[in-house]
Amino acid sequence: MLFFLARRIGVMLVTALCLTFVVFYLTNIPAKLETLAKTQAGSRISDAEVASWLDRNGYNQPMLVRYGEWLGVARGWTREDADGTMTGRCYLLTGTSTLGAAPARCGLVQGYWGNSTRFRAPVSEVISARLGATGMLMLWVLIVMVPMALVVGVLAGMREGSRTDRTLSTFAIASTATPEYVSGVVFIALLASSTVGLSPLLVSWGWIDGPVLFQGNARSALEKITFWNFALPVMTIALYGMGYVARITRASMTEVMTQQYIRTARLKGVSFSNIVLRHALRNALIAPFTVIMLQIPWLLNGVVIVEVLFSYPGFGWTLFEAAANNDIELLLAASVVAVLVVLITQLISDIGYVYLNPRIRVS
Amino acid sequence: MDPLNWLEILGRLFVQLMPVWVALVALFAISIAYRRRLGLYGKLFDSIVGMIGFALVMFWVFTALFANIIITHDPLAQFSGMRNAAPGNPLRDPAGGYEYFLLGGDALARDVFSRMVVGAREVLRIAPFAAMISFMIGISLGLPAGYIGGRLDTGLTFIANLVLAFPVILLFFLLVAPEIQNTPIPRVMAGILFLMPVLFFTVLLNARYFTQPTKRNLYVGAVLVVGLWAYSGLAFNADPLGVWGMSPNLLNVFVAVVFVNAPTVFRIVRGITLDIKTRDYVSAAQTRGEGPWYIMLWEILPNARGPLIVDFCLRIGYTTILLGTLGFFGLGVAPESPDWGSTINQGRRLLTVYPHAALAPALALMSLVLGLNLLADGLREESLKD
Repeated sequence: MLFFLARRIGVMLVTALCLTFVVFYLTNIPAKLETLAKTQAGSRISDAEVASWLDRNGYNQPMLVRYGEWLGVARGWTREDADGTMTGRCYLLTGTSTLGAAPARCGLVQGYWGNSTRFRAPVSEVISARLGATGMLMLWVLIVMVPMALVVGVLAGMREGSRTDRTLSTFAIASTATPEYVSGVVFIALLASSTVGLSPLLVSWGWIDGPVLFQGNARSALEKITFWNFALPVMTIALYGMGYVARITRASMTEVMTQQYIRTARLKGVSFSNIVLRHALRNALIAPFTVIMLQIPWLLNGVVIVEVLFSYPGFGWTLFEAAANNDIELLLAASVVAVLVVLITQLISDIGYVYLNPRIRVS
Repeated sequence: MDPLNWLEILGRLFVQLMPVWVALVALFAISIAYRRRLGLYGKLFDSIVGMIGFALVMFWVFTALFANIIITHDPLAQFSGMRNAAPGNPLRDPAGGYEYFLLGGDALARDVFSRMVVGAREVLRIAPFAAMISFMIGISLGLPAGYIGGRLDTGLTFIANLVLAFPVILLFFLLVAPEIQNTPIPRVMAGILFLMPVLFFTVLLNARYFTQPTKRNLYVGAVLVVGLWAYSGLAFNADPLGVWGMSPNLLNVFVAVVFVNAPTVFRIVRGITLDIKTRDYVSAAQTRGEGPWYIMLWEILPNARGPLIVDFCLRIGYTTILLGTLGFFGLGVAPESPDWGSTINQGRRLLTVYPHAALAPALALMSLVLGLNLLADGLREESLKD
């Protein structure tokens, strides 16, 4: 087990290194650096000025060296000006200009994430604040999605081919066919619009006080989460993710229900509900567990879409803003977080699978 | 003139879509009549779910085909006084054209219905093609990875996992950006990705006919001529005759979508290959002295077709969703493009007041993907029966 873990973590680190380099490369191509120079030093500067700005700010070194600097394994660039003040990557990041006051290396490893040009704040602050907001969203998504998916899957799978099974399976298929930007739009039009859908009807009947039933904008959920401002974003993400988990659960459940020990239990006269709850359920939930863990990175897609659609300033929204405004440091940091989330959930799902299923031996 | 009520709108939509209904009825009548002779396709008509899915998919395929007859207005033209018009509103000055905006107007006073219909063409032009290229890449790499194994397998699997560990949305933000379009990156990637189908067909035919050199030379030659011709046009925009070509925009979107999909197909094909290569007929072929590529492409691949066809349907649906996501974020699409994703994106700003502009393409996209998923489900059920 220990060897397996060590190997997995090793592969994970190599993967993370490769991916961050790809992100670094794609965010630092010359055309993007030119845009950066123009946003920082004025949009009308000439090509020569762009080149000199890039040179002065250390962007003219080879890509690999700069990746090393960003990572914190290579020494940050420095330059001594004519009047004796120092500038350099680490001097700028720590805000000093006297010789020797800044560390030699300042990158990810040392905890320097850089500054965001979009939000004008340290990247680490921006990311940690936004991650908290998204964590709240994800928590509720999982609270809604997992039980719903498992119930649908188990109910559909316990009697294969029955009418319940067909209805629920079709529902699961329909939910996987509804991407977040479709269900979000439908939900808002139906429940959060003051002119169409359900809300005007409820207002005219005098059932609700405000103009709309649900809020189409989730920004107020940052201060206080209520059912009315958070239900739509949560439902939008949960709906798309749910179908897949439900289908896996159903497949796993139907397989378990054909096993010998279930037949034995039935012949012994155990009641059907007891068979499902005590004999089948445990074994049927191994596969869905893995899928739920692997589903978390997929939810990231939905998180970005939903946070943009409902203007909820979380991690996904930040990622979108960083990409739209060419905020290189922030985009890099967000990518690192996203890649780590993917890799860690993969690791957990692998370990969990081995742990839950004693038939699998790791060697 | 008064605006139409909902019943009249539906009636007029039905009339406007007449070519689609005729084509659908004809297709279903012929298919059901001959279903016993049509193999897996015919068996699809035994399952209700599969039939519904197939009908939904073919509805959009025919809509895309007959788009020129169906549309009521130019999808890019703006009409005065029709900004955010409600569904069924009459035009102020039809000028001999169609009198109504059946599904209303969008924020730029364009006809929502016509844009939705033309959007189907945009989506169906890219999604199946992208899924097909992803499949050829996945197959050409997955078969040797599973069959030969060893270091090749380790390397390819590592690369596939690398791509899969990349959050899709992040990849889109990074790869489908205007700055990237001007770099050689999309061209290089297209150069590698589009070479795969050409290689695939060359090896496929060579493995089959290498014992009959005249036939082999004919087939492989034809594939190489057509393939390299299309390849030069699609990947490098260097087609001497100008038949094949893709705008840098489209190429970028295409490459990104294929890049995201191919590793998943690779994993599926590799898994199936690992399973099938232990079968007796593979050992029989090996004993006969067949070459590895013949075994992979003509013994293993045909026997893996069931799950692959099912996944192909699902993958077209997933590609449609991805294209919609790109459009939703305004990535890699022309500003006026009527594709569903960007129409939803434009409509969402006024969503709470005028939802029709975003709802129409949203429901269209959902019904197409739902159709593909139901079709896949029906095919899976029917292919499991024998």
